[in-house]
Amino acid sequence: MPDSPALEVRGLVKRYGGTAVVDGLDLVARHGQVTAVLGPNGAGKTTTIECCEGLRTPDEGTVTVLGLDPRTQARDLRPRVGVMLQDGGLPTGIRAAEMLAHVARMYAAPRDLGELTERLGLGSFARTTVRRLSGGQRQRLALAAAVVGRPELVFLDEPSAGMDPQARLAVWELVRELRAEGVAVVLTTHLMDEAEDLADHVVVVDRGRVVAQGSVAELLTGADDRTLHLQAPAGLDLAPLRTALGDGLSVAEAAPGTYVVAGAVEPATVAAVTAWLAQADALASRLTVGRSTLEDVFLDLTGRDLR
Amino acid sequence: MSATPAPVADTAPTAHPGAAPTPRRVLAQTAFEARAILRNGEQLLVTVVVPVLVLVGLTRGTFVELDTGGASRIDFLAPGVLALAVMTTSFTSQAIASSFDRRNGVLRLLSTTPLGRGGLLAGKVLGVLVVELVQVLVIGVAAVLLGWRPDPAGIPLAVVAVVLGTAAFTSLAMLVAGTLRAEAVLAVANLALLVLAVAGGVVVPASSLPGPLEHVALLLPSGALGEAMRETLLHGVLPPWSVVVLLGWTAALGWGAGRLFRWH
Repeated sequence: MPDSPALEVRGLVKRYGGTAVVDGLDLVARHGQVTAVLGPNGAGKTTTIECCEGLRTPDEGTVTVLGLDPRTQARDLRPRVGVMLQDGGLPTGIRAAEMLAHVARMYAAPRDLGELTERLGLGSFARTTVRRLSGGQRQRLALAAAVVGRPELVFLDEPSAGMDPQARLAVWELVRELRAEGVAVVLTTHLMDEAEDLADHVVVVDRGRVVAQGSVAELLTGADDRTLHLQAPAGLDLAPLRTALGDGLSVAEAAPGTYVVAGAVEPATVAAVTAWLAQADALASRLTVGRSTLEDVFLDLTGRDLR
Repeated sequence: MSATPAPVADTAPTAHPGAAPTPRRVLAQTAFEARAILRNGEQLLVTVVVPVLVLVGLTRGTFVELDTGGASRIDFLAPGVLALAVMTTSFTSQAIASSFDRRNGVLRLLSTTPLGRGGLLAGKVLGVLVVELVQVLVIGVAAVLLGWRPDPAGIPLAVVAVVLGTAAFTSLAMLVAGTLRAEAVLAVANLALLVLAVAGGVVVPASSLPGPLEHVALLLPSGALGEAMRETLLHGVLPPWSVVVLLGWTAALGWGAGRLFRWH
């Protein structure tokens, strides 16, 4: 069944103490694609993934992993699915290399440990006990453990949290290679650039539901095509600017001192903004015009309030 | 398209293409668990050093009056110290290790590999038995040097008692580790060991405990294990009552752990 999805979630509901953390969520992930589940903290990403991994039992809905049920057919699934937990789950008392070798022993034909060690730069801390590793080093070790069994589907829960830029690049490179080998990669993240750079399919989750999904390009099409960002003194009166710009452009002070003009931004728009600043006797410290990013779309969808 | 790993010529086909054969997985986990205990300084202190000190102290010291029923002091004490050692490994050390592994997500991560939950449990129980083998060798040699002469006929029966005691105490360890916070387990497991060791009929037999404590101790897994070790190694007899008590505790605690164990 080459066309059947690697992962299919329908109407998933998971409640903790009566509160629905996941509330009717649908998710499909395909072989040879990276599917990013994007959402703010507490959106239900990890709970969703843990239901798919068989670590939690859904209250409602169905989860199908490689055509099987992760609760009742776990034995057949475990050799074919790789898991990287958000909190690591690495035993702390042993050395990094021993940990990886131990997980590798659970598989009939694991990946070459030397090659994997090299790929993810584990060599420099192979003999260090897991307890003494930095956050980023632990993440890389956990990723190595997730892929060592040559899985057909991997779940990566916030894979590059705590990593330095070099480590992130190495991780992204490995994820791209897995995709090229036909592996289905499902990752959760709240890093926009991670989703933007890696994902073939982005699923934006908020409050336990899917609020938008599609390719990065598709998600950006719906957004205003350009955005002007302005740093200036906080609390300026926006009314004169709104009058000057007219309809078709939205103006907002997104955070104190950060102003956003979105819509059909043109050269005249920039002139109007600077004229408004001169009128208010305010000096801009930064003014940029650019295409809307996934972050803009994300904040539009999930709101700007702190949770 | 699917990415099934290329078949490797020298691997026998198993029910699950990507998994190592079950015995290999369980064996790997057994070695992993045993190493984790034997490499940890604190664990080694509790499981090996403390029982040897108790043995030497009680045998050589005369500060505790013992009614040995005609047996030599060492013949009377060595079986109880072995019972104590079994408790330190199968209960205290296992409860603490499993509770921290649970908190840190280790149990969840390993349960998603082909090892699975069953293999994880099997590896833990076998790992405990390996550590107990090391304990019995060290304590046994120390006891023989102190003049211990166990009843040879009782040794196979004592092995049965050790296995029964391990089953009961590992079940208790899993129940505690799977329901309480790791810090609470640390306190409870050490405290319970101390209370059972002093008043639970392990090293000092239930019959020499004051008043109703005697009857309570005989119903506890600690008293049953201590009694079974003494009777087998002193007289070559496995007391049926101890077997019943240990099996009963194993069934009850195992059932409770199976129902109440929380992986998160």
